[in-house]
Amino acid sequence: MTLDIRPSGSLDRRDVVAELLKDRGDLLLVTGLGSPTYDAAAVEDHDANFYLWGAMGGAAVMGLGLALAQPEKPVLVLTGDGEQLMGLGSFATIAVKQPPNLSVVVLDNGHYGETGMQTSHTGYGLKLPEVASACGFTDSVEVEDMPGVQALRTRIHGNAAGPRFASIRIAPILPERVLPSRDGVRIKNRFRDHLGL
Amino acid sequence: MENRSATWPDDVYASFKAHDVRQLVYVPDAGHARLIELAIADPDMEATPLTSEEEGIALLAGAWLGGQKGVLLMQSSGVGNCINMLSLTNTCRFPLLTLITMRGEWAEFNPWQGPMSKATKSSLENMGVQSFRVEDDVDVAPTVDAVATQVFAGDQAAAILLGQKLIGKKEWSR
Repeated sequence: MTLDIRPSGSLDRRDVVAELLKDRGDLLLVTGLGSPTYDAAAVEDHDANFYLWGAMGGAAVMGLGLALAQPEKPVLVLTGDGEQLMGLGSFATIAVKQPPNLSVVVLDNGHYGETGMQTSHTGYGLKLPEVASACGFTDSVEVEDMPGVQALRTRIHGNAAGPRFASIRIAPILPERVLPSRDGVRIKNRFRDHLGL
Repeated sequence: MENRSATWPDDVYASFKAHDVRQLVYVPDAGHARLIELAIADPDMEATPLTSEEEGIALLAGAWLGGQKGVLLMQSSGVGNCINMLSLTNTCRFPLLTLITMRGEWAEFNPWQGPMSKATKSSLENMGVQSFRVEDDVDVAPTVDAVATQVFAGDQAAAILLGQKLIGKKEWSR
Protein backbone atom coordinates (compact mmCIF):
# COMPACT_ATOMS: atom_id res chain seq x y z
CA MET A 1 0.00 0.00 0.00
CA THR A 2 1.21 3.48 -0.91
CA LEU A 3 0.01 6.77 0.50
CA ASP A 4 -2.51 8.72 -1.57
CA ILE A 5 -1.23 11.50 -3.78
CA ARG A 6 -1.87 15.02 -2.53
CA PRO A 7 -3.00 17.42 -5.26
CA SER A 8 -0.37 20.03 -6.16
CA GLY A 9 -0.66 23.75 -5.48
CA SER A 10 -1.48 26.37 -8.08
CA LEU A 11 1.06 29.19 -7.71
CA ASP A 12 3.31 30.09 -10.66
CA ARG A 13 6.90 29.46 -9.55
CA ARG A 14 8.34 32.37 -11.53
CA ASP A 15 5.80 34.80 -10.02
CA VAL A 16 6.66 33.49 -6.56
CA VAL A 17 10.43 33.87 -7.00
CA ALA A 18 10.08 37.33 -8.58
CA GLU A 19 8.07 38.42 -5.53
CA LEU A 20 10.53 36.94 -3.01
CA LEU A 21 13.49 38.65 -4.73
CA LYS A 22 11.78 42.02 -5.30
CA ASP A 23 13.88 44.96 -3.97
CA ARG A 24 16.28 42.38 -2.57
CA GLY A 25 18.76 44.84 -1.07
CA ASP A 26 21.67 43.00 0.55
CA LEU A 27 19.99 39.59 0.49
CA LEU A 28 22.32 36.64 -0.21
CA LEU A 29 20.84 33.75 -2.20
CA VAL A 30 21.72 30.06 -2.53
CA THR A 31 19.63 28.03 -4.99
CA GLY A 32 19.17 24.28 -5.05
CA LEU A 33 19.86 22.38 -8.24
CA GLY A 34 17.29 22.28 -11.03
CA SER A 35 14.37 24.63 -11.42
CA PRO A 36 15.07 26.94 -8.41
CA THR A 37 18.40 27.80 -10.04
CA TYR A 38 16.63 28.64 -13.32
CA ASP A 39 13.91 30.61 -11.48
CA ALA A 40 16.48 32.81 -9.74
CA ALA A 41 18.39 33.37 -12.97
CA ALA A 42 15.14 34.30 -14.71
CA VAL A 43 14.64 37.15 -12.22
CA GLU A 44 18.22 38.46 -12.40
CA ASP A 45 21.70 36.98 -12.66
CA HIS A 46 22.71 38.82 -9.48
CA ASP A 47 26.26 38.78 -8.09
CA ALA A 48 24.89 37.64 -4.71
CA ASN A 49 23.37 34.48 -6.22
CA PHE A 50 25.13 31.17 -5.69
CA TYR A 51 23.67 28.54 -7.99
CA LEU A 52 23.99 24.86 -7.19
CA TRP A 53 23.99 22.49 -10.15
CA GLY A 54 24.65 19.42 -8.02
CA ALA A 55 25.42 18.66 -4.35
CA MET A 56 21.82 17.50 -3.91
CA GLY A 57 20.69 17.83 -0.31
CA GLY A 58 23.29 20.48 0.50
CA ALA A 59 21.52 23.76 -0.23
CA ALA A 60 19.96 24.47 3.18
CA VAL A 61 23.05 23.65 5.20
CA MET A 62 25.23 25.64 2.80
CA GLY A 63 22.91 28.53 3.64
CA LEU A 64 23.61 27.87 7.33
CA GLY A 65 27.36 28.26 6.89
CA LEU A 66 26.80 31.46 4.95
CA ALA A 67 24.28 32.85 7.46
CA LEU A 68 26.69 32.24 10.36
CA ALA A 69 29.50 33.96 8.45
CA GLN A 70 27.34 36.95 7.42
CA PRO A 71 25.01 37.53 10.38
CA GLU A 72 24.09 41.08 9.32
CA LYS A 73 22.64 40.03 5.96
CA PRO A 74 19.50 38.07 5.19
CA VAL A 75 20.33 34.69 3.65
CA LEU A 76 17.74 32.90 1.54
CA VAL A 77 17.98 29.29 0.40
CA LEU A 78 15.57 28.63 -2.43
CA THR A 79 15.23 24.99 -3.32
CA GLY A 80 12.89 22.24 -4.46
CA ASP A 81 11.06 19.54 -2.53
CA GLY A 82 13.26 16.75 -3.91
CA GLU A 83 16.47 18.58 -3.04
CA GLN A 84 15.28 19.33 0.49
CA LEU A 85 14.09 15.76 1.02
CA MET A 86 17.64 14.54 0.37
CA GLY A 87 18.87 16.82 3.17
CA LEU A 88 16.23 16.46 5.88
CA GLY A 89 18.96 16.21 8.50
CA SER A 90 19.90 19.80 7.73
CA PHE A 91 16.67 20.93 9.42
CA ALA A 92 18.00 19.47 12.67
CA THR A 93 21.44 21.05 12.21
CA ILE A 94 20.03 24.49 11.35
CA ALA A 95 17.59 24.38 14.27
CA VAL A 96 20.41 23.69 16.73
CA LYS A 97 22.17 26.88 15.61
CA GLN A 98 19.03 29.10 15.36
CA PRO A 99 20.49 31.58 12.83
CA PRO A 100 18.07 34.55 12.90
CA ASN A 101 19.01 35.66 9.37
CA LEU A 102 18.43 32.33 7.56
CA SER A 103 15.32 31.43 5.57
CA VAL A 104 14.86 28.13 3.78
CA VAL A 105 12.11 28.21 1.17
CA VAL A 106 11.01 25.14 -0.75
CA LEU A 107 9.20 25.59 -4.04
CA ASP A 108 7.05 22.52 -3.56
CA ASN A 109 5.37 21.00 -6.60
CA GLY A 110 5.35 17.49 -5.17
CA HIS A 111 7.40 16.19 -8.07
CA TYR A 112 10.94 15.59 -9.31
CA GLY A 113 10.76 18.06 -12.20
CA GLU A 114 14.19 17.45 -13.70
CA THR A 115 13.75 13.73 -14.15
CA GLY A 116 10.27 13.34 -15.62
CA MET A 117 7.85 14.59 -12.96
CA GLN A 118 7.87 11.52 -10.73
CA THR A 119 5.88 12.08 -7.52
CA SER A 120 8.06 13.07 -4.55
CA HIS A 121 7.42 12.35 -0.88
CA THR A 122 5.69 15.72 -0.47
CA GLY A 123 3.48 14.67 -3.38
CA TYR A 124 2.57 11.67 -1.23
CA GLY A 125 1.59 14.03 1.57
CA LEU A 126 4.76 14.62 3.60
CA LYS A 127 4.53 18.05 5.25
CA LEU A 128 7.96 19.66 5.24
CA PRO A 129 6.80 22.59 7.46
CA GLU A 130 5.84 20.09 10.17
CA VAL A 131 9.25 18.41 9.89
CA ALA A 132 11.02 21.77 10.20
CA SER A 133 8.78 22.77 13.08
CA ALA A 134 9.43 19.50 14.92
CA CYS A 135 13.18 20.09 14.51
CA GLY A 136 12.96 23.54 16.12
CA PHE A 137 12.16 26.15 13.45
CA THR A 138 9.82 28.55 15.24
CA ASP A 139 8.61 30.18 12.00
CA SER A 140 7.58 27.36 9.70
CA VAL A 141 4.65 27.75 7.33
CA GLU A 142 2.93 26.40 4.26
CA VAL A 143 2.08 29.10 1.70
CA GLU A 144 -0.66 28.66 -0.89
CA ASP A 145 -1.39 32.14 -2.23
CA MET A 146 0.39 35.34 -3.28
CA PRO A 147 -0.58 37.34 -0.17
CA GLY A 148 1.15 34.58 1.78
CA VAL A 149 4.24 34.93 -0.42
CA GLN A 150 4.25 38.71 0.13
CA ALA A 151 4.04 38.27 3.89
CA LEU A 152 6.87 35.72 3.75
CA ARG A 153 9.02 38.13 1.72
CA THR A 154 8.63 40.75 4.45
CA ARG A 155 9.80 38.29 7.11
CA ILE A 156 12.75 37.08 5.02
CA HIS A 157 13.98 40.62 4.36
CA GLY A 158 13.34 41.62 7.97
CA ASN A 159 16.34 39.49 8.90
CA ALA A 160 15.20 38.56 12.41
CA ALA A 161 13.41 35.84 14.32
CA GLY A 162 14.73 33.05 12.15
CA PRO A 163 15.47 30.44 11.21
CA ARG A 164 12.35 30.30 9.13
CA PHE A 165 11.06 27.67 6.77
CA ALA A 166 8.34 27.89 4.17
CA SER A 167 6.92 25.42 1.71
CA ILE A 168 5.30 27.28 -1.17
CA ARG A 169 2.78 25.17 -3.04
CA ILE A 170 3.45 25.77 -6.70
CA ALA A 171 1.93 24.23 -9.81
CA PRO A 172 3.83 21.27 -11.31
CA ILE A 173 4.59 23.17 -14.50
CA LEU A 174 8.12 23.69 -15.80
CA PRO A 175 8.65 27.08 -17.45
CA GLU A 176 11.33 27.60 -20.08
CA ARG A 177 14.77 27.08 -18.58
CA VAL A 178 16.94 30.11 -17.95
CA LEU A 179 20.44 28.76 -17.52
CA PRO A 180 23.01 30.70 -15.50
CA SER A 181 26.72 29.91 -15.55
CA ARG A 182 27.73 26.38 -14.57
CA ASP A 183 31.27 27.56 -13.80
CA GLY A 184 31.30 27.06 -10.05
CA VAL A 185 34.66 28.74 -9.50
CA ARG A 186 33.47 31.86 -11.31
CA ILE A 187 30.16 32.03 -9.44
CA LYS A 188 31.95 31.51 -6.11
CA ASN A 189 34.48 34.24 -6.78
CA ARG A 190 31.83 36.61 -8.09
CA PHE A 191 29.84 36.11 -4.88
CA ARG A 192 32.89 36.75 -2.69
CA ASP A 193 33.88 39.80 -4.71
CA HIS A 194 30.36 41.14 -4.17
CA LEU A 195 30.96 40.85 -0.41
CA GLY A 196 34.36 42.53 -0.72
CA LEU A 197 36.23 39.39 0.32
CA MET B 1 41.08 6.09 26.33
CA GLU B 2 44.82 5.98 25.99
CA ASN B 3 46.35 9.38 25.34
CA ARG B 4 43.42 11.04 27.03
CA SER B 5 45.86 13.44 28.65
CA ALA B 6 47.72 14.08 25.41
CA THR B 7 48.23 17.73 24.59
CA TRP B 8 48.08 17.46 20.80
CA PRO B 9 44.42 18.49 20.59
CA ASP B 10 45.20 21.76 22.41
CA ASP B 11 48.08 22.41 20.03
CA VAL B 12 45.85 21.65 17.05
CA TYR B 13 43.21 24.04 18.37
CA ALA B 14 45.85 26.75 18.73
CA SER B 15 46.75 26.16 15.10
CA PHE B 16 43.09 26.54 14.07
CA LYS B 17 43.02 29.88 15.86
CA ALA B 18 46.28 30.99 14.27
CA HIS B 19 44.71 30.33 10.85
CA ASP B 20 41.59 32.31 11.84
CA VAL B 21 39.28 29.28 11.68
CA ARG B 22 35.84 30.51 12.75
CA GLN B 23 33.60 27.49 12.24
CA LEU B 24 34.16 23.97 13.52
CA VAL B 25 31.63 21.38 12.38
CA TYR B 26 31.61 17.78 13.47
CA VAL B 27 30.16 14.35 13.79
CA PRO B 28 31.69 13.30 17.11
CA ASP B 29 34.41 10.78 17.71
CA ALA B 30 36.20 10.07 20.97
CA GLY B 31 39.44 11.16 19.30
CA HIS B 32 37.92 14.58 18.58
CA ALA B 33 36.35 15.06 22.02
CA ARG B 34 38.85 17.62 23.30
CA LEU B 35 38.72 19.72 20.09
CA ILE B 36 34.92 19.78 20.27
CA GLU B 37 35.04 20.84 23.93
CA LEU B 38 37.43 23.66 23.12
CA ALA B 39 35.30 24.87 20.19
CA ILE B 40 32.07 24.89 22.20
CA ALA B 41 33.77 26.85 24.97
CA ASP B 42 35.18 29.45 22.54
CA PRO B 43 32.89 32.47 21.97
CA ASP B 44 34.74 33.24 18.73
CA MET B 45 34.09 29.81 17.21
CA GLU B 46 30.81 28.57 15.75
CA ALA B 47 30.67 24.91 16.78
CA THR B 48 28.03 23.01 14.83
CA PRO B 49 27.05 19.36 15.31
CA LEU B 50 26.01 17.63 12.08
CA THR B 51 23.55 14.80 11.54
CA SER B 52 25.73 13.47 8.70
CA GLU B 53 29.24 14.32 7.57
CA GLU B 54 28.18 15.47 4.11
CA GLU B 55 26.39 18.40 5.72
CA GLY B 56 29.79 19.65 6.81
CA ILE B 57 31.09 19.76 3.23
CA ALA B 58 28.22 22.03 2.16
CA LEU B 59 28.18 24.05 5.37
CA LEU B 60 31.87 24.93 5.11
CA ALA B 61 31.45 25.88 1.45
CA GLY B 62 28.77 28.33 2.61
CA ALA B 63 31.05 29.65 5.34
CA TRP B 64 33.81 30.30 2.80
CA LEU B 65 31.32 32.01 0.49
CA GLY B 66 30.63 34.33 3.42
CA GLY B 67 34.30 34.89 4.23
CA GLN B 68 34.93 32.43 7.06
CA LYS B 69 37.32 29.50 7.31
CA GLY B 70 36.16 26.24 8.84
CA VAL B 71 37.22 22.74 9.79
CA LEU B 72 35.28 19.46 9.58
CA LEU B 73 35.89 16.71 12.15
CA MET B 74 34.74 13.16 11.52
CA GLN B 75 35.78 9.55 11.74
CA SER B 76 36.76 7.41 8.79
CA SER B 77 33.28 5.89 8.39
CA GLY B 78 31.99 9.39 7.62
CA VAL B 79 34.09 9.76 4.48
CA GLY B 80 31.72 7.47 2.61
CA ASN B 81 28.84 9.77 3.47
CA CYS B 82 30.63 12.72 1.85
CA ILE B 83 31.39 11.39 -1.58
CA ASN B 84 28.84 13.09 -3.82
CA MET B 85 28.87 16.29 -1.74
CA LEU B 86 32.58 16.58 -2.50
CA SER B 87 31.47 17.46 -6.05
CA LEU B 88 30.76 20.89 -4.60
CA THR B 89 34.26 21.25 -3.18
CA ASN B 90 35.81 19.93 -6.34
CA THR B 91 33.75 21.75 -8.99
CA CYS B 92 33.86 25.14 -7.26
CA ARG B 93 37.36 24.72 -5.82
CA PHE B 94 36.25 25.47 -2.28
CA PRO B 95 38.96 25.05 0.35
CA LEU B 96 38.36 22.06 2.62
CA LEU B 97 40.23 21.10 5.78
CA THR B 98 39.05 17.96 7.51
CA LEU B 99 40.52 15.94 10.38
CA ILE B 100 39.60 12.29 10.26
CA THR B 101 40.14 9.84 13.09
CA MET B 102 40.77 6.37 11.72
CA ARG B 103 38.76 3.41 12.93
CA GLY B 104 39.06 -0.17 11.84
CA GLU B 105 42.84 -0.40 11.61
CA TRP B 106 44.42 -0.91 15.07
CA ALA B 107 43.04 -3.10 17.85
CA GLU B 108 39.59 -2.53 16.40
CA PHE B 109 37.06 -4.90 17.90
CA ASN B 110 34.25 -3.92 15.52
CA PRO B 111 34.61 -5.43 12.05
CA TRP B 112 31.91 -3.14 10.66
CA GLN B 113 34.50 -0.33 10.79
CA GLY B 114 36.81 -2.24 8.44
CA PRO B 115 35.41 -1.69 4.95
CA MET B 116 35.17 2.10 5.08
CA SER B 117 38.49 2.31 6.92
CA LYS B 118 40.24 0.51 4.06
CA ALA B 119 38.47 2.72 1.51
CA THR B 120 39.01 6.07 3.25
CA LYS B 121 42.19 7.24 1.52
CA SER B 122 41.20 6.10 -1.95
CA SER B 123 37.68 7.55 -1.62
CA LEU B 124 39.10 10.94 -0.72
CA GLU B 125 41.60 10.80 -3.57
CA ASN B 126 38.90 9.75 -6.01
CA MET B 127 37.02 12.94 -5.17
CA GLY B 128 40.06 15.21 -5.34
CA VAL B 129 40.91 15.45 -1.65
CA GLN B 130 44.59 15.02 -0.82
CA SER B 131 45.31 13.12 2.39
CA PHE B 132 48.09 13.40 4.96
CA ARG B 133 48.51 10.62 7.46
CA VAL B 134 49.80 11.19 11.01
CA GLU B 135 50.89 8.40 13.35
CA ASP B 136 52.81 10.25 16.06
CA ASP B 137 51.25 12.79 18.42
CA VAL B 138 54.14 15.23 18.05
CA ASP B 139 53.42 15.48 14.31
CA VAL B 140 49.73 16.35 14.53
CA ALA B 141 49.80 20.10 15.16
CA PRO B 142 52.67 20.83 12.73
CA THR B 143 50.83 18.86 10.05
CA VAL B 144 47.60 20.77 10.71
CA ASP B 145 49.49 24.04 10.46
CA ALA B 146 51.16 23.11 7.16
CA VAL B 147 48.02 21.68 5.59
CA ALA B 148 45.85 24.60 6.71
CA THR B 149 48.22 26.97 4.92
CA GLN B 150 47.98 24.93 1.74
CA VAL B 151 44.18 24.69 1.99
CA PHE B 152 43.25 28.26 2.78
CA ALA B 153 45.95 30.07 0.81
CA GLY B 154 45.53 27.93 -2.26
CA ASP B 155 41.86 26.84 -2.31
CA GLN B 156 42.84 23.19 -1.88
CA ALA B 157 40.97 20.25 -0.35
CA ALA B 158 42.88 18.16 2.17
CA ALA B 159 42.27 15.58 4.87
CA ILE B 160 44.49 14.76 7.83
CA LEU B 161 44.10 11.11 8.76
CA LEU B 162 44.84 10.48 12.44
CA GLY B 163 45.95 6.87 12.83
CA GLN B 164 44.01 4.75 15.29
CA LYS B 165 47.23 3.88 17.08
CA LEU B 166 47.62 7.59 17.86
CA ILE B 167 44.05 8.00 19.06
CA GLY B 168 44.16 4.84 21.13
CA LYS B 169 41.99 1.78 20.98
CA LYS B 170 38.38 2.14 21.92
CA GLU B 171 37.68 0.60 25.29
CA TRP B 172 34.45 -1.23 25.84
CA SER B 173 32.69 -2.17 28.99
CA ARG B 174 29.43 -3.95 29.48
